[in-house]
Amino acid sequence: MNWVIDFFTNPDNWSGPDGIPTRLLEHLEFSGISLLLAMLIALPLGLWIGHTGKGALFAILSANAARALPTLGLLVLIVLLMGVGTIVPVLIPLVALAVPPILVNTYEGIRNVDPDLRDAAYGMGLRGGQVLGRVLVPTALPLIMLGLRVAAIQVVSTATVAAYVGLGGLGRFIVDGLATKDFPSTIGGAVLVALLALIVQLGFGLVQRFLVSPGVSQRLTIR
Amino acid sequence: MITFNGVTKRYADGTVAVDNLSLEVPTGEITVFVGPSGCGKTTSLRMINRMIDATGGQILLDGVDVKTIDPPTLRRGIGYVIQQAGLFPHRKIVDNVATVPYLLGWDKKKARARAMELLERVGLDLKMADRYPFQLSGGQQQRVGVARALAADPPVLLMDEPFSAVDPIVRASLQEELLRLQSELNKTIVFVTHDIDEAVKLGDRVAVLRVGGKLAQLADPATLLTRPADDFVREFLGRDRGIRRLSFVSGDGLRLRTDLTVPASAEVSSLRGTTEPWLVVVDEDNCPLGWIASKDLPESGTPADVELAPYGTFVKGRDSLRAALDATLLSPSGSAIAVDESGRVVGVAVREALDEELALVAGGVGGVDG
Ligand SMILES: Nc1ncnc2c1ncn2[C@@H]1O[C@H](COP(=O)(O)OP(=O)(O)OP(=O)(O)O)[C@@H](O)[C@H]1O
Ligand SMILES: [Mg+2]
Repeated sequence: MNWVIDFFTNPDNWSGPDGIPTRLLEHLEFSGISLLLAMLIALPLGLWIGHTGKGALFAILSANAARALPTLGLLVLIVLLMGVGTIVPVLIPLVALAVPPILVNTYEGIRNVDPDLRDAAYGMGLRGGQVLGRVLVPTALPLIMLGLRVAAIQVVSTATVAAYVGLGGLGRFIVDGLATKDFPSTIGGAVLVALLALIVQLGFGLVQRFLVSPGVSQRLTIR
Repeated sequence: MITFNGVTKRYADGTVAVDNLSLEVPTGEITVFVGPSGCGKTTSLRMINRMIDATGGQILLDGVDVKTIDPPTLRRGIGYVIQQAGLFPHRKIVDNVATVPYLLGWDKKKARARAMELLERVGLDLKMADRYPFQLSGGQQQRVGVARALAADPPVLLMDEPFSAVDPIVRASLQEELLRLQSELNKTIVFVTHDIDEAVKLGDRVAVLRVGGKLAQLADPATLLTRPADDFVREFLGRDRGIRRLSFVSGDGLRLRTDLTVPASAEVSSLRGTTEPWLVVVDEDNCPLGWIASKDLPESGTPADVELAPYGTFVKGRDSLRAALDATLLSPSGSAIAVDESGRVVGVAVREALDEELALVAGGVGGVDG
């Protein structure tokens, strides 16, 4: 406990290129960009597969394959191939980590919408895109959001690996601390990452409350 | 008018769900497709709005082959109600009802006003408008489903077992509601059910299908009950066809006697000489209170002092012969009391009058009836 207090009360840790604010920003940069890229890939793909039923097997197989990739191993391999210098080597494994939960949840969410509802939507005269956008997505939103949240938390926690290849982020406190036997730094870094994951979790909870219709979440009680 | 011209549906796996079906669904009437499970009712219905495409023959909507119309456009002009209502869970009831008007590009205010009007029409409390579907009972959801189908005022309504998921009491009230609506709106309705009683109750015409999607008989309910085309139809119609048919004969033909009522305040002594075995006692508004047997008349006082026997009534000008017959069975007098819409006695149909009328009905059937 003392170590944690030492870490957070040491003024040196709050400024400079290896202070908490800088490291936090770096960490957010890796995580944010990775998550955004993963969403750009996985959301449209998941929606399309769920809606058309085409390529479902491909999606499941590649998602499972991506899940099996060791993030750190992949990172080291990419650094060996490309060298460091940009943040790209960090982004690739993080995107690979974030795509599967988003893809699978989006696809499953859309596919599992009550077939009668889908039928009624077509029966009313909605076109394919309208059925997807106006009925399937709003109904599947809790599952889609769940996929995003899982992906975000994984990315935020795993972005610490950037430190192993000399890039920044909160992982530096952990890795450097281990290397120099500076345990307050290691533990402090771990606490920061855990806090960040918690904030992401809460943030998604809030966004979800705002985005998901009360009719779907059934949060309301009868007036 | 909807015309089926030798329509066939063969599914990809080779199942022939509908086989060379030809029939006409007249404008402004309810045509019911009825038959055992798997006989192709749903398939036939869904070929009209192209939720399923026929593999042979033609379906004409007022003379236009539906195949030539872009499906979403076609469907916006045809109301569609399904068994599970299929309401959009994320939208409030009012917006669910306004679905098609929104699609047609109505402005939001007009669409919502129309939706409110329809909610009222189908007998829903307007408080429901701002609720979500999960906050409604099954019967209420079904009413919303009907309102949604009617929102853009389509001339044609397709209904696939819309009332079969609700309990019998709610179902009966939904059926009444549909008949009432139809008497105001005169839509061309195709109604699918596997329940022959529902078919006979709702249909202006009933098409009985047999498995394999073949038309077994198309007739109005009374004809169907009197003259089933073959053993299959006869069996499908089930028991009590004779009695059930009386539902389609008006009770107005009954000869009524008007000399059998006595006011509750009359002196019994004045009734002493009557040769009638039973008399109807009425209150000051001429509404029935019960029967009194002349042999049980007390020495003095008024009929109100005596315990009266139970009675049955039917509404003249509205109720069927079946209702009148039912009313006779509710009273030891064996007669039915005819009342007007507000419950005032207009006469009494005695046993003989019923016998005459029933004989007439049975005679009118003619021919050989299995
Ligand atoms: N998509 C499909 N592929 C293959 N066969 C089908 C398909 N849909 C329906 N069928 C078959 O076509 C036949 C008619 O089905 P349909 O759903 O029209 O029957 P139905 O009269 O509505 O029955 P129910 O009263 O049970 O609803 C059945 O034998 C059914 O198994
Ligand atoms: Mg069916």
